[in-house]
Amino acid sequence: MAAVPVVPGVREAGGAILSRAARSGGQGLSDRALAWCFVGPTLVLLLAFNIFPLLWTVFLSFTNYRANRPNAELAWLGISNYRRVLGDEAMWEHMRATAHFLCWSIALQLLLGFALALMLNRRFRTHSFWSTAILLPMMLAPAVVGTFWKYFFEPQYGIFNRFVELFGGPGNLTMLGDTTLSPWAIVLVDTWMWTPYVMLLLLAGLRSIPAYLYEAAEIDRASEWTKFWRITLPMVMPFIILALLFRTIENFKMFDLVDQLTNGGPGSVTELASIALKREAFEKWRTGYASAFAIILFVAIYGLSLITVRFLDRVKQR
Amino acid sequence: MRAAVHSPLEPTARAKWFAGVVVIGYALITLIPLVWIFMTGFRTPSDAIAYPPKLIAQPSLVGYVNLFTTRSRVGAEELAALPPPATWYEGVVREQQMILAGPSRFADRYANSLAIGFGSTLLSVVLGTLAAYAFSRFRVPGKDDLLFFILSTRMMPPVAVAIPIYLMYRHLGLNDTHLGLILLYTVVNLSLAVWLLKGFMDEIPREYEEAAMVDGYTRWQAFVKVVLPQASTGIATTAIFCLIFAWNEYAFALLLTSGTAQTSPPFIPTIIGEGGLDWPAMAAGTTLFLLPVLFFTVLLRKHLLRGITFGAIRK
Repeated sequence: MAAVPVVPGVREAGGAILSRAARSGGQGLSDRALAWCFVGPTLVLLLAFNIFPLLWTVFLSFTNYRANRPNAELAWLGISNYRRVLGDEAMWEHMRATAHFLCWSIALQLLLGFALALMLNRRFRTHSFWSTAILLPMMLAPAVVGTFWKYFFEPQYGIFNRFVELFGGPGNLTMLGDTTLSPWAIVLVDTWMWTPYVMLLLLAGLRSIPAYLYEAAEIDRASEWTKFWRITLPMVMPFIILALLFRTIENFKMFDLVDQLTNGGPGSVTELASIALKREAFEKWRTGYASAFAIILFVAIYGLSLITVRFLDRVKQR
Repeated sequence: MRAAVHSPLEPTARAKWFAGVVVIGYALITLIPLVWIFMTGFRTPSDAIAYPPKLIAQPSLVGYVNLFTTRSRVGAEELAALPPPATWYEGVVREQQMILAGPSRFADRYANSLAIGFGSTLLSVVLGTLAAYAFSRFRVPGKDDLLFFILSTRMMPPVAVAIPIYLMYRHLGLNDTHLGLILLYTVVNLSLAVWLLKGFMDEIPREYEEAAMVDGYTRWQAFVKVVLPQASTGIATTAIFCLIFAWNEYAFALLLTSGTAQTSPPFIPTIIGEGGLDWPAMAAGTTLFLLPVLFFTVLLRKHLLRGITFGAIRK
């Protein structure tokens, strides 16, 4: 596991002095005991609800266990579940759907979010009111968002088609019933929901750029264009990467929004990894096979998280 | 915050005006769905599926009445033979050629959401505060690894976690119970709580506790009487984030509950099916479900960034 330097050493030294003072006082528990009492319950819960289940999943992934037949004889399959997952054409189809969703939703969110952050950073009057208004969608329950967007996408009485018509497009799109359109429907709704998130992060990035850089550029008579490419973009880059990583992890796990909006359909064109996993585990009840799939997903996301934490740390140190 | 800057760096009036138009334009478009859902809640089912969609419609409470009731359809003669409706909402039901059959399950599901949300928030904030204090002040062996481990628990796809939890809960009899969901949400929120609160605790100067301990307080007393009051904003912020997560959670609720302990998110989509395409009832339920979150978001706006980056970015 990666070591993440979190607390500067100065603090540590202070703590040591403090704990000696506390021990010599002689009353109450020692700091060491207190520390374990404080951290203990959290660790016990995490072990019981994370580590133990994870180990159980690993165990199940080597078996033919089916949760709907708990009394059937358990057979040890070795790595054959993993082989089957990785060799399954349908699984790769789900991965392709996930990749399409990931790439497009994140690209759109970064683009829109960055543009909005740049505009908000100009601090026009009422900018803070409007930034709060823009933030609202990202705090809502994704499943409920999926439900009410289904209403907007209704081809006849939904407002989406009227809106498309308003901008000169065809007003008869069946966004959720068409195999080419529905992968875009989930991208669209996800972008609606999460652009504010990227905007908020990048706005913080823009505001962290020290003013003297621009002042120096001003003295050098640099053009706006140069200032953007030489100062703004490089300085915001860590925040862009952070937004990219956070969104990638979240959308890799994507379940609730898509489950409600399309439930993987039509056919299986929007059946993202998590939706496929739900089908295998809780509809087809192939628990062993689904466990192997879950472990593969976990390894992929865990790798991404490792990178994210490293990055969080680098951003924090600035 | 950077120091106040003057003329060369301040955007021109025209640049500001342009920025305002872009941002306000985006905000208005992006808020249409929310406004539309709010309006749909006050429409009749036939207005909700009118083609083309009506911008203005006669306001009606049918959606809200249908949300909270179950009804059954009766013939015209039978309806005419009934005594006049005893309450206004019974009147609304009669207007749809139906009679009141009883309350719907929406209120129950909403109450479940509240109980599970507040229960898990309380637990994760209490445990998170203790752990965060320890990580902030004490020398905990393997601290960095532990902190990373705590964060990494958030990275598992919920559906993947649900497989073993489902089996575990089946053994323990915790499937479809309030306690089961409370425990699970507590654990999921703990990572956020520990990371956020550690950030807040790090900002409280140690000198306060040191002074208190020189005055004869024990470490525990110093923690309770000095640190906790100082951390109250941070604790409140963390609590709201935990509450919103538990309130919004769908995957676990869908896979681990079916009746007794079901929360609103898996229930709301089923409203549509109960009486044909009852969009106003769905919109009414959505409105009631989203309002508290909108309120808390506005309350939290200064701390949102901190919450969504696990305390990494503080401003």
